[in-house]
Formats: sequence, structure tokens, C-alpha cells
Amino acid sequence: MSIDEDNFAVIDISGSRREISLDIVDESVTVGDYVICHAGYAIQRIDEEVALEKLSFLKELIDNEIY
Amino acid sequence: MKYIDEYRNPDLVRSLLDAVSSLAAGIGREVSLMEICGTHTHAIGRYGIRRLLPKNLRLISGPGCPVCVTSVADVDRALYLTGLPDVMFATFGDMLRVPGTGGESLQRLRASGADVRIISSAADAVRFAVENPVRQVVLMGIGFETTAPTVAAAVLSARRRCVGNFSVFSVHKTVPQAIRALIEDRLLKIDGFICPGHVSIITGVEAYRMIPQAGRAAVITGFEPADIAEGILMILRQVAEGRFEVDIQYARGVKEQGNPRARDVMAEVFEPSDADWRGLGVIPGSGLRIRREYEGFDALRRFALPEIRSVEFKGCRCGEILRGVMSPDECNLFMKTCKPANPAGPCMVSGEGTCAAYYKYEKK
Repeated sequence: MSIDEDNFAVIDISGSRREISLDIVDESVTVGDYVICHAGYAIQRIDEEVALEKLSFLKELIDNEIY
Repeated sequence: MKYIDEYRNPDLVRSLLDAVSSLAAGIGREVSLMEICGTHTHAIGRYGIRRLLPKNLRLISGPGCPVCVTSVADVDRALYLTGLPDVMFATFGDMLRVPGTGGESLQRLRASGADVRIISSAADAVRFAVENPVRQVVLMGIGFETTAPTVAAAVLSARRRCVGNFSVFSVHKTVPQAIRALIEDRLLKIDGFICPGHVSIITGVEAYRMIPQAGRAAVITGFEPADIAEGILMILRQVAEGRFEVDIQYARGVKEQGNPRARDVMAEVFEPSDADWRGLGVIPGSGLRIRREYEGFDALRRFALPEIRSVEFKGCRCGEILRGVMSPDECNLFMKTCKPANPAGPCMVSGEGTCAAYYKYEKK
């Protein structure tokens, strides 16, 4: 939701807000991105495309009874 | 909430588990898998996955709960540091009730007046140090590759801001060395490892290469029921085909190369050292100690610690449970004298502990 000069970001987790550090995340993160957090630090920016693609791929396999 | 609901879709999980059953039937013999991470142990319990698996498929819980694998000697050291005058001891909450020698714990020390602060981020401890310049803030650095970079980042930020009253008592441990010890354990015959999701976000696949090299399956798996079911399925495929590699099921979180920046931060502050694991003993190179360049931030150098005679609680089988050679219901204390409200050992204390998970979800 916001990023301050000390590299802390305020994120929204299902409606609650929390301050986290961006000191160890690998890619540049901007307001609006999804991140995985651990112990007050963002550790990964989530690749939204991969998540959605993978889910539809799983459903597709099941629909086709490939498993 | 985005993402999570989709990975809890019951139809999806059921289809995946059906596929697991038919594949397991094809393999025929008993197959043992280990989930290394305590968060997996809890997710498996919470969603009742164990009960939905075919009979010849056994899930063993591994040593992936940081509080649980902390040796009683390290717990005693934490208690000693907490008792020093002027010390404000900052710790993640699950450490609070872990009993040291004689049943002493951070919680008890706090009740008798010691200054123990619960933090949810290593950055909080640096903030305490800035706000309380006359106190010595000691942060308990505990956890695997996911948490160690956050503590390292806190040390770097303390140095940047010239915070002189902040130090870290590091009992951090690294997962790959422990897996190696489990592979070599003759009492354990594990066909495949459900590799931790969040640790792997940092380490990437490289950390697990020795698993396929030892002829075992490895799949980095997420924490939702559909993730776990698919992770198990991917492991069984490797076992059935005799083709071993490090697969990633949790692709939405884990990248093959992991998070190099977090690893750099960790390596800047910490170096490998031998570490004493509850249950597994001393594993060479499996710990992280603060490098000489940062010794001003090392609590073990800042404070003189005496030799402490540490004694494990009698009858507690946490060690065997962490090695995966015993299940909680085989322990004589489990659910009798040892319960979450009055835990005898760390596996019942921690939210990630195997005994706590079995107590909550799997008791018969």
C-alpha cells in the first residue's frame, strides 16, 4: 500500500495492515504487487501469472482424467 | 483472499488423492515419505490428509521445527542471557514456553521480572534497541534459511544505524545438512522428501541435489491441501519411475535459483558452524554463527557465558520424534503428562511441533 524511505512497506493481508521490510526481497517491489512474507520481511514477489496458469493447468488435467 | 481458496478446492484435492492411491497401488510395497517442515506437519493434520492416504503410504514428520531442534543447552544459554542485568531479551513467541534444564523457561523468567519481549520481526528488536539506549537488546536468532536472512538484515541495519546496544544469540540452522544426516540414518528408510516451501524460496533447488543423488525423490511443496496432494503425487511418480530429481510443485512461490539476495545477506553476516540438534546430535556445518567482521553483534562474544550443565527432561522422546524414528503416540508422556498446556518438551510447545500437531488433529 505504501513504501517508505527506510525500505519498509505497509501491506494489506485480507484487510489487516502490517509493516514489513523489503531488505531481502530479490526483485524490485512496487505498490500493488503480491509478496510472500516471513517474520516481518518480504521474501518473494509472487508471480501472479504462474499461480493462475498452474491452477488452470491442474483443472484441465483433471477434467481430462489424465491423472 | 486471493490464491488460497483455489488451492483448497475439495474436488481438486480429491482427484489428486485418487491419483495418489492408484499410483501407490501400482508401486505395491510400503513407501515412506518425510515432510521436513513443521508447517507441512500441521497442514497435513489440519486438512486430515493422513487419513485419506492409501495404507502403503506412510508420512513421517521430520526435524523442521526450529524451536524443537534447539538443544536444551542452547535453551539454557538463552535463559542465562535473559537473566543478565540490563538485558532485554527479544524472541519470537514460540520460544517462550520451551523448557530448559529443571523446567525453567523464558515465560517463567518473565513472570519473575525478567525483560522478555515477543517480536514478530527481527526489525522490531533493532527498534527496541534504538528506543532503549540504556538496555542491552539480545535477539534470539532462531530458524532455518527463511528466518536467518531476516536476522542478518537486522544486523546490517543495526550497523548502518550505529546501534551499539543490539546483539544476536544465533542458534540458526540450515536444512540441507540435516537432510543428509537423515538419509544416512540407518533406522530410517525414506523414499522421498516433501521439501519445505518457504525455506526453498531462499535456497532454490540447488540445496537439495544430494537427495536425488542418494536415490530418493524430492519435491518442493506448498502448504495448501491441493499443494500437498500434488507434491505427494509428484514424489510417487519419481519413485514409480525410478527417476530421481528435485521437482518444484510450489512454482508460484519458489524459483529454481531461490532468492540470491537473501542468501547474500545471510552469508555476509553468518558463516557455517557445527550445530547441536535435539535428536540428531551435532551435525558439522549445519549451524550459522556470526562472522568475525560482525562480532560486535554476537551475543556470545559480548557476554561471558559460563559452562552450564544442561539436562534433558526425563522421559521426553522429542529427539526420536524429530528423527522420525518414533511417532508421538508411541511416547509414554504424550497426552498423559505432556499436553499443550503443560508441555514436557519442545515438540508439544511449538505451534510447528510434531506432538502439538498430533495432539490437535490426529489424536484417536
